[in-house]
Amino acid sequence: MVVWSEQERSIINSIFSSLDYNDAGPKALSRCLIVYPWTQRYFASFGNLYNAEAIKSNPNVQAHGIKVLHGLDRAVKNMDNIKATYAELSVLHSEKLHVDPDNFKLLADCLTIVIAAKMGSAFTPEVQAAFQKFLAVVVSALGKQYH
Amino acid sequence: MTNISTLSAKDKETVKTFWAKISSSGDAIGADALSRMLVVYPQTKTYFSHWKDLSPGSAPVLKHGATVMGGVGEAVAKIDDLSAGLLSLSELHAFTLRVDPSNFKVLSHNILVVLALMFPTDFTPEVHVAMDKFLAAVARALSEKYR
Repeated sequence: MVVWSEQERSIINSIFSSLDYNDAGPKALSRCLIVYPWTQRYFASFGNLYNAEAIKSNPNVQAHGIKVLHGLDRAVKNMDNIKATYAELSVLHSEKLHVDPDNFKLLADCLTIVIAAKMGSAFTPEVQAAFQKFLAVVVSALGKQYH
Repeated sequence: MTNISTLSAKDKETVKTFWAKISSSGDAIGADALSRMLVVYPQTKTYFSHWKDLSPGSAPVLKHGATVMGGVGEAVAKIDDLSAGLLSLSELHAFTLRVDPSNFKVLSHNILVVLALMFPTDFTPEVHVAMDKFLAAVARALSEKYR
């Protein structure tokens, strides 16, 4: 079971309560599609992903980025039981969406970069450690139901 | 020996332009990246058991961060042939330091995080992908002599 210190809980809650989902979501997803272009394989139906500009201004990417970021809300509310909380979501990503779970880490890294850019020096090593620990637990939970 | 450089002319241009903007902050970038790595990835501390103080901003961390970024700067200057340009550094890492190559990825990630928080407007997705590719190419060059 994952053990969270009071400080870690506080850091995670603080990041998400002050998060602008409509800004960070699109930024994280579009960065992922640009920095790791093979991830575009899952978004053939999104239209023009031809170059960075097209990706950044694509409304489907923007909407989906917001949706994915809100997907983290349940993990924030259930930090002591992320694995169980995401069991269904893991099945969805495996059975229906057929997403290679290695991709979760790529998006997590892009989200980390976006949050770092937003927080600047407030994104201290301790904050980074807590945030990356949180994302690692989420990534692990999302990969758990693959078989 | 085949040169498997995957850096396009555009990548190199992007890296050189960005580096010109940030190089005066090289020491600070290196120190912050190294500090973060030691906190967020504590297993990396195993390489520095000979240091008295591993805390963020400590004297050995500051000094070594500057050394590492000096190496990155050298790599930018020799971007057209990293294998040849980084030969002595490659031998150093292979035969003396013997840093497990997985750690290059870890340090690269932390460098990217620092770039994002220090240069949020300049560290666009386009710059991010070029820098990520560049640091991966540097890591490859440094690992060349390992076996």
